[in-house]
Amino acid sequence: MLGRSRKLLTRGRDGAWTLHLGADERQLLASLAGELDAMLEARPDDPSLRRLHPTAYIDDEEHEAGWQLLIGEELRTTRRAQLDVLRAAAERTTLDDDEVQAWMQALNALRLVLGTRLDVSEDQEGPTDPHDPDAPAYALYEFLGYLLDRTVQSLSGR
Amino acid sequence: MSSTPVEAPTEIASPTDEVDVIPDRPWIVLVWNDPINLMSYVTFVFQKLFGYSLEKATSLMLDVHEKGRAVVSNGPREKAEVDVLRLHEHGLWATMQQDD
Repeated sequence: MLGRSRKLLTRGRDGAWTLHLGADERQLLASLAGELDAMLEARPDDPSLRRLHPTAYIDDEEHEAGWQLLIGEELRTTRRAQLDVLRAAAERTTLDDDEVQAWMQALNALRLVLGTRLDVSEDQEGPTDPHDPDAPAYALYEFLGYLLDRTVQSLSGR
Repeated sequence: MSSTPVEAPTEIASPTDEVDVIPDRPWIVLVWNDPINLMSYVTFVFQKLFGYSLEKATSLMLDVHEKGRAVVSNGPREKAEVDVLRLHEHGLWATMQQDD
């Protein structure tokens, strides 16, 4: 796990971002990204993915149908490109500006899908019993939240 | 991006599938509260996409969190569509509608 005082991402003089994350964590993220990417390809309508392509027009079914038709594929392509960056980051030490943004968006996408599966609600505490069947998924959800928050801090210069 | 059909210009206004749309009224983009997205992340996305100050982005994020939704941008339909797409790419729950 990361030391509290250490930044998750630091920017070098050449503008490249260095990711301070252990090999195990990188592998974990790459594997999660691979799983989600495969799901987006094979089962794009899976209910756990619904937060990745939300409704744009509420109370307007006709425009919404057109939106999903025109934009749905574009959004899925962008999402898969973000996940590719997260996967590739397992083997790399630096990311450029666009890649670091994609890395952050992919992390958030993983968290959205996991949170949807766990059906989390606001201010909800995770299971306290370590034998709860949801405990491992919840720990992962918390870990992704921790990484995302640290990413936002790094990119905001805090 | 618009679903308006492309037609040859004529002197008589052509009927379109958007007769209910009044072109003068601007479109608004709303972001809705959800239990998953982090407050710090939502604030960051508002700053990144719209160039808002930290204060304005934080205030909008708190509106989303406390009131359930906030208007984050407005303008012509094409701009609203781009904003909604960018927000969706960031995993935020954004919708668009014509302002009342």
